[in-house]
Amino acid sequence: MLRLLNIEIHKLKHNRASRVLIFIYFVLLTSIALIAAIKFDIGPVKFHLADQGIFNFPYIWHFNTYIASILKFFLLLVIVSMMANEYSNKTLKQNLIDGLSKKEFVLSKFYTVILLALISTIFVFFVSLILGYSYSDFTEFSIITTDLEYLIAFFVKLVAFFSFGLFLGILVKRSAFAVGAMLVWAMIEGFAKGMLYWKFDTMVANVMQFFPLEAMSNLIKEPFTRLSAVKTVAKQVGEDLSKDFSVQPKDIAIVLVWTAIFIYLSYVLLKKRDL
Amino acid sequence: METILSLKNLHKKFGGIHAVNDLSFDIQKGNVYGILGPNGSGKSTTLGIILNVVNKTSGSFSWYDGNLTTHQALKKVGAIIERPNFYPYMTAIQNLELVCKIKGIPFDKISEKLKVVNLYERRNSKFSTFSLGMKQRLAIASALLNDPEILILDEPTNGLDPQGIHEIRVLIKEIAQTGTTILLASHLLDEVEKVCSHVVVIRNGIKLYSGTVDEMVASHGLFELKTDSDTEKLMELLTKFEGISAIKTEDDKIIATLNKPVSASEINSYLFQNGIILSHLVKRKPSLEQQFLTLTNKN
Repeated sequence: MLRLLNIEIHKLKHNRASRVLIFIYFVLLTSIALIAAIKFDIGPVKFHLADQGIFNFPYIWHFNTYIASILKFFLLLVIVSMMANEYSNKTLKQNLIDGLSKKEFVLSKFYTVILLALISTIFVFFVSLILGYSYSDFTEFSIITTDLEYLIAFFVKLVAFFSFGLFLGILVKRSAFAVGAMLVWAMIEGFAKGMLYWKFDTMVANVMQFFPLEAMSNLIKEPFTRLSAVKTVAKQVGEDLSKDFSVQPKDIAIVLVWTAIFIYLSYVLLKKRDL
Repeated sequence: METILSLKNLHKKFGGIHAVNDLSFDIQKGNVYGILGPNGSGKSTTLGIILNVVNKTSGSFSWYDGNLTTHQALKKVGAIIERPNFYPYMTAIQNLELVCKIKGIPFDKISEKLKVVNLYERRNSKFSTFSLGMKQRLAIASALLNDPEILILDEPTNGLDPQGIHEIRVLIKEIAQTGTTILLASHLLDEVEKVCSHVVVIRNGIKLYSGTVDEMVASHGLFELKTDSDTEKLMELLTKFEGISAIKTEDDKIIATLNKPVSASEINSYLFQNGIILSHLVKRKPSLEQQFLTLTNKN
């Protein structure tokens, strides 16, 4: 496993485009901290976002993983191009001739996906921890360690999303088209969702939860309506925003199944193809 | 003798095209094999199949009498396919390091092999800055990294200038002298004739000949004859002569193929006695090229 990872890291670290994208990604992750600096100071209205409770433990786990997962598109570019470039440079063929099996090839990419997702998760963990200690109203250990499952959900979400990218990279063999295919798929899901809502009002969520992108976004629900400030406003206009924000094991299971499907399909596709 | 690779009734179909048709042959350790065939005859496809990048339709092949899986065997193989494929953004050394990692071997041979192919001075240049000849030489260096037991070369001189062709050929000969088994696919006959000890000839995916190069060119030779007088009569006389198996006309000359040893003076005196005076008489051994053309035009 380390050998496969080593091979893939060798390919990534000498590629300037990948290095730059990965660097930008982590800079952006760190810049979540900049949200803390958002301050409006207009005469009598004083608004400091960090004071609104978004950095309170344990809410910060939810908020930061949600924001951080928006940035996953940067790494998607790296993943898709590391796959598609093997086709355009024909190095996939050379790798196989040099003695890598097709299974090892897919695994080496998958391990890299896991590694990148893991590093992102650890990174988000530390950024949140530092932000939390600086701004949170509560810093008791028991409160800090609640809701850590958002980090697990974040990790699972990234792995699944990148596996999808990997699969599309193998399927269409061109980075730009693979990213395009991802967008087209997102549109298909959106269209399906719209059609379902139009035809049947109820039960839609029950069906949609099985679509890959929908399942991934279900993992970490939007955190904004959970903020007490937002809730108060909502209550004033007569809306009840209380819903279950926790990470559902069922959602994790669906996403893990999709990950397995994507990786397996990548392997089958590679095995069936003549290079 | 140890069999390194054995192909049995291998077939490959691309849609309606039968690219490899019932191909069987064995590769023995220590020999230099040439796979000859016109363009599109299935050479590269065959190599693709044994190198695990093309899926066979039916039949089988085995490495080392089936003692190793293809994937294990490929680590003992050095192979170059039509075009050198490397990561353009990596330097020569970085590319070779990657190959070492894939094959699971240490890096210490890299400098040595780069010197063998004369690329040591350019070791830190990116692959994308290399000329085709340099890329091809880097491919050879990469194929030699593991000191392979068998070297598989697919059209190694394709697209090179005369100097590059010469360099690669010298290199192949040097490698062959070290006792490395070589499998060389080519449509360049003199290349095969100069380097190989054995030859497999295929056309349209069908094996036409397999054996040693010597056997293939071995024959009792042929006569080129010409007369200024009666060509019809000359042909008739030649047909009657015992020891001549086939007669054909090529340009204005008559080519008579022998099936037993006949000297030039024998045939000359026979024809003279029968009233034919020759203006041209040459006895020749056929070249590999002629044998190849005979083989591929028949059938």
